[in-house]
Amino acid sequence: MLEFARWKYIVVAAVTLLALVIAAPNFFGEDIALQVVRKDRAVIDDAGRKSVEDALKAKGVVIKGDYVEGERMVLTFNDVNAQYAARDAVNEALSQTFVSALARAPRAPDFFRKVGLRPMPLGLDLRGGLYLLYQVDINDAVRQLVESYEQDYRRALTTNNIAFADVTSLSDEAGLATGVRVSFAAGANLAAARDVMQKVVTDLTYSINDAGSVPYIDATLTAAQITERQRNAIQLNMNSLRNRVNALGVTEPEVRQQGVDRISVALPGVLNSAEVKDILGRVATLEFRMSDVANNVQDAVSRGRAPVGSRIYYHRDGRPTLLKREIIATGDQLIDARSTATQEGPAVAIRLNAQAGDEMLRITQANLGKPMAVVLIEKTREKAFVNGQEVEREVTKQEVISEATIRGVFSNQFNITGVGQGEAQTLALLMRSGQLAAKQFIVSERPIGPSLGAENIRSGVRALIIGSAALFVFMILYYNLFGVVASLVLAVNVVLLTALLSLMKASLSLPGIAGILLTVGMAVDANVIIYERIREELRNGITPQASIRAGFEKAWTAIWDSNVTTFIAGLVLWVFGTGPIRNFATVLMLGILTSMFTAMLGSRALLTLIYGGAKKPAKLSIG
Amino acid sequence: MEFFHKATNFPFMATRRVWYTLSIALVIASIAMFFVRGLNLSVDFTGGTIFEATYPGTADVEKVREALEAAGFHEPTVQAFGNSHDISARLAPEAEFSVDQVREKVDSALRGIDAGVTIKPLEFVGPQVGDELRNSAFLAIGWTLLLVFIYIWFRFHTWRLSVGAILALLHDPILIIGWFALSQTPFDLAVVAALLAVLGYSLNDTIIVFDRIRERFEANRKLEPRLALDQSVNQTLSRTIMTKVTTLIVVVALLVLGGSALGGFSEALVIGIVAGTYSSIYISASVALDLGLRAEHVFPEVRSKEVDSLP
Repeated sequence: MLEFARWKYIVVAAVTLLALVIAAPNFFGEDIALQVVRKDRAVIDDAGRKSVEDALKAKGVVIKGDYVEGERMVLTFNDVNAQYAARDAVNEALSQTFVSALARAPRAPDFFRKVGLRPMPLGLDLRGGLYLLYQVDINDAVRQLVESYEQDYRRALTTNNIAFADVTSLSDEAGLATGVRVSFAAGANLAAARDVMQKVVTDLTYSINDAGSVPYIDATLTAAQITERQRNAIQLNMNSLRNRVNALGVTEPEVRQQGVDRISVALPGVLNSAEVKDILGRVATLEFRMSDVANNVQDAVSRGRAPVGSRIYYHRDGRPTLLKREIIATGDQLIDARSTATQEGPAVAIRLNAQAGDEMLRITQANLGKPMAVVLIEKTREKAFVNGQEVEREVTKQEVISEATIRGVFSNQFNITGVGQGEAQTLALLMRSGQLAAKQFIVSERPIGPSLGAENIRSGVRALIIGSAALFVFMILYYNLFGVVASLVLAVNVVLLTALLSLMKASLSLPGIAGILLTVGMAVDANVIIYERIREELRNGITPQASIRAGFEKAWTAIWDSNVTTFIAGLVLWVFGTGPIRNFATVLMLGILTSMFTAMLGSRALLTLIYGGAKKPAKLSIG
Repeated sequence: MEFFHKATNFPFMATRRVWYTLSIALVIASIAMFFVRGLNLSVDFTGGTIFEATYPGTADVEKVREALEAAGFHEPTVQAFGNSHDISARLAPEAEFSVDQVREKVDSALRGIDAGVTIKPLEFVGPQVGDELRNSAFLAIGWTLLLVFIYIWFRFHTWRLSVGAILALLHDPILIIGWFALSQTPFDLAVVAALLAVLGYSLNDTIIVFDRIRERFEANRKLEPRLALDQSVNQTLSRTIMTKVTTLIVVVALLVLGGSALGGFSEALVIGIVAGTYSSIYISASVALDLGLRAEHVFPEVRSKEVDSLP
């Protein structure tokens, strides 16, 4: 009689059942759907839901079903035409309140959705969409920080009446900014200067060098501080991109860090890249500056040079204006920006942080009745060839978006007026999305058409089904009843793998489907190894039950061995790969784990049930 | 059904010179093919731009090529595909153009021939992305080889078997690369993934043969090495072939049904699995024999329970 502990049966049965439930939503497929969210991201109430339904009914769109889940409402349809008609209807009637996006919704019964079980999200290669890869200039973020320190030192030394010769930034061989050098005239009191500097910027390392004719103080960042700044920069850019992506109303977008300084953005269903990139790619920052009313702007323009302390800027309509060099506040001190309606028309309501608020209070007190300007600076980067050398060129567009008289004393909350309705919204969106800490540019752009995605799914799933079926037929022909057991166990293996992938919410790519199929092909090896061993034992004249026992027990190390090296390869692939390739590696590694479980426990449980009884079988159906 | 109901007794060791010659010839041919023809690297690795366009009338491939060249693209590849209206084009990476500039230039070049043309969205990969991917692909292959080498060393304690395994292992990706140079199938990221999977997978059989070698020596320390190795390969033959046949069934299904996106991936797997089976059977143990493998090498100290017995 074969022994197989009761608790092991229970484990096998429980795991299989659980996996079936978790994997189930994947087998129902998806409906064509429309996702609707409120622009203010508020939860959609019954009235909101009814207004959407009514808008669709008014246009004669047939709704298959709809449900509200937190802030999103999902409507399903029978065909693509209805989906498009529904989107148009929502955009036409409700564009003030709602943003809609073409989507897919799981067809599984509501029960699964309510307990949080969903099918694996599909990768871009399977559902179509736009993939963008951004390169973030993380060294630029460090440079910005160092430049802000330079400003702090200048101001602090001046207000403390300490004369200095120059303030420059330090950089390493690679051009990465590492600190600030303040130089003085010979005989200056460096210790006093250092104390002042240390007071404004506490966390740098200060060193005094007064040996030469030009004494100086170096304030340097540690390597850890530089890395932290770089890491923060990419984090900030990611958050900002995420906010902007969310504002697009795309369903299930993915914004991920890739390597040290790249961010990948996957936008399912998006095909028109121009508009999307325009919103994602802008690096906008704001500067609040006082207007220079003491000098004549026309004189400055004709001389081609601004008076000391000022600069020439241009309005959007080309009008020149003179602004003071001193910056009152910048975009990174911005806490919130919203479009709002005021008596003077559309406006952007601005809120600054406390530090900028103090500065604003001081300036507005001293300059009541004088004009203050807001400059919008948009930076893009592009590559260019200059004399055969590849250079990166920064294109900066600076424009005065508003120049308005200061009508009252304010600090950190005020409105910018004089912008159109659409402009106010766009500007507020860009400002709110957060200021990008470092410059970024697109290094890769790959669109995948929805029909190609659908074709990829079809052929991937077809290969999976037919490949597995062919394998099952072969196994049953070659190993008879044992082959049936192996096929059952392989099917359970696919279910287990699907369940694990669904739990991990890893989006499935085409190589991922190939990985599932490859896993099936390799998982069967464990069964082959066991069955060949059983046959060998039988040939040696050992009883059927003893052969089964020996087959399982003696094959264990061989099965372990045949998986370790493949697992190593999967691990390396996971470390070095990204996107679909990483998905393949994940499937490969998980598949190895599930196949060991199913071959050693699942297969043994079944065979013990069949042949393990007290009545000893005379013969095994093993071909 | 059973293909190997009788114990086989092929003289693998006696004929090993034949198999060495075949392997060396194939490896040399692959390397030569790689240097002569090179790989048809996909846009993943080279960077650049690819797009498709449809003309309302007959598309003039030569005209399109000239227009693209005039727009500043060096040696554009333009092909007709499907029917007389559709073309596909591939542009080398041009560092001086951003993705939006490329789009504008392509647009005006193609419209200049016939304004009714429809251009599908461009696929753009920056040159630096391609370079990096190439580096990480090489690194990944290097790391896999290194880790697997360490694992074999740890597993078998004798360099004679490790060298046999590594030679058998190197054999497989070289043949895959040779095949891709010969067939000019596009070599993309998925092919690298397949290559690594093969590296891991084809080693399984080698290890199983080696396990059996140790078992034979354990059973009889006086056994002549040549005999022990022949017995080991023969006794594991049915299993080696069966496990590979089952995997090949699904991989061939992938090759035939998986669509063009997985074409290179499945091709690499088929070649790799066939080459891996061959090298496990004909190369790995033979190399160890030529390196003078004897029973005592496998038992540097007394080893007891750790040894498994395999079919």
